[in-house]
Amino acid sequence: MLEYAIQTDGLSRSFGAVRAVEDVSMRIPAGTIFGFLGPNGSGKTTTIRLLLGLLEPSRGSATVLGFDSRRQAGDIRQRTGALLEHPGLYERLSAQENLEFYARVWNLTPADRDARVKELLTHMGLWDRRADQVGNWSRGMKQKLAVARAMLHRPSLIFLDEPTSGLDPVASATLRDDLSSLVMREGVTVFLTTHNLPEAESICNLVGVIRQGRLLTVDSPVHIRTHGGEQKVEFTGQGFTPAVLEVLRSRPEVADVKVSNGTLTLALHDDRPVAPLVRLLVEGGCDIEEVRKGAASLEQAFLALMEHDA
Amino acid sequence: MISDILAMVWKEFHELRQGGGRGKYAPFILVLIYGVFFPLQTGRSWVDSYQMVGFGLGISVFMVLSVVADSIAGERERHTLETLLASRLADRSILIGKIVSVVLYGWGLTILSLIVGLVVVNLSAGGGHVLLYPAGRAITAVVLTFLLCVLATGVGVLVSLRSSTVRQAQQMLMISWMVLIFVAVFGVQLMSPATRLRLENRLTNTQVTTLVVGAALILILLDVIVLAINAARFQRSRLILD
Repeated sequence: MLEYAIQTDGLSRSFGAVRAVEDVSMRIPAGTIFGFLGPNGSGKTTTIRLLLGLLEPSRGSATVLGFDSRRQAGDIRQRTGALLEHPGLYERLSAQENLEFYARVWNLTPADRDARVKELLTHMGLWDRRADQVGNWSRGMKQKLAVARAMLHRPSLIFLDEPTSGLDPVASATLRDDLSSLVMREGVTVFLTTHNLPEAESICNLVGVIRQGRLLTVDSPVHIRTHGGEQKVEFTGQGFTPAVLEVLRSRPEVADVKVSNGTLTLALHDDRPVAPLVRLLVEGGCDIEEVRKGAASLEQAFLALMEHDA
Repeated sequence: MISDILAMVWKEFHELRQGGGRGKYAPFILVLIYGVFFPLQTGRSWVDSYQMVGFGLGISVFMVLSVVADSIAGERERHTLETLLASRLADRSILIGKIVSVVLYGWGLTILSLIVGLVVVNLSAGGGHVLLYPAGRAITAVVLTFLLCVLATGVGVLVSLRSSTVRQAQQMLMISWMVLIFVAVFGVQLMSPATRLRLENRLTNTQVTTLVVGAALILILLDVIVLAINAARFQRSRLILD
């Protein structure tokens, strides 16, 4: 088995003067769920297109499943499934016909084709609606069908561009479970872009953050949280006067101070002790009922990264 | 490659069958107009003259034009093109699958219209006799309509490739068709009377077989040129950027 499903070295792509992807180098181990995070227009979709061999890099190289994206793009597409920016479904066709077409494209035998289509539609809760024209479906149902299509031929690597966009919370959670179990069961690698950072945090083993075409970091969500963001402490109580808040703001370990609905929230630099701050508040005349300490979420770490590199 | 082309044809025909709303009835309406209405108007001469061949050529272009604009521009407009390009299908398989589907649709409906036309003429003007197209004329109709369908499809796919919407492709094709007719009609009118007479004499004195073979050879040449341009134009990286 390959050690890395995806390897890029200085991967770059320009459109005229615009550098959509610049000098991206990363290694994504096989059998992981990789979350690719970044704001709109940061180069996520272009990177997927480069990895699928749909676009040629201006500079650098990409190896996907051991194949060079420039010279062996056909071999890459043979072994990958993709849900791109749009679901890409044929709206005049039924759900079953949509999957049957792609099953034919991937040369599944008629018996395997029928069994696999039924398995996926049943799993996605769409079997009863299999004969409906897809054009009449809700966005969430279309998205589920598109995910099923990407998994149809049991690819080694799946690219999913915002797969849970348009899905209700239950369907999103089901899809996340499906992806996790797929990786566990079949050793599939998933390359996932999403704006839903809690989602990335919950299912991704590895996360890459891209901004204006440049890769800022590739690391585990836990590592990015602990090193990239600020520690948050919440105090519930009374007596958070302007004078006390001013004292807090002057402390070197305090990055930010906010008061809302009787709750004081402090953002601290790094993993600094909270006890001195509690003492300071009590001495300042505050009545503290509860103190909650938490690490930064991936979302906070992501925002911090964005600000830091802006 | 054959199975890939067949997969594309399977999809195209399933989409054509659905046709989007009332579009699914379009083939029946076309056959009704071209296979029933016109032969009824023409009567027995539908079988006795070369009218049927000329008519078949005309309707084959209309049949193709009714669907070809959608071939690539439709995929682009409905955001299905990129997913198709991200599949394992080779560029050639997608292109040939598209062309074969449109040709089969246009040519198939043309031949069906001619067969229905023959039945209608037999029923309306047969006078108790079985009327058949003469073999040479039937072969001429089958071959020339096929070659013309390939040409119209090739041009249509090229226009569709360059258009961002189906409507834009349809407008371009309509304008191209009008220009072609305009040039043909006014080109003849612009000839001097002597030139026109020489041309008429040449055509009258030439054997029909020679004319048919000549037309077929010209169509084959044009088909090859247009298909080669299509093959050069249909490239994943270009389509993604478009």
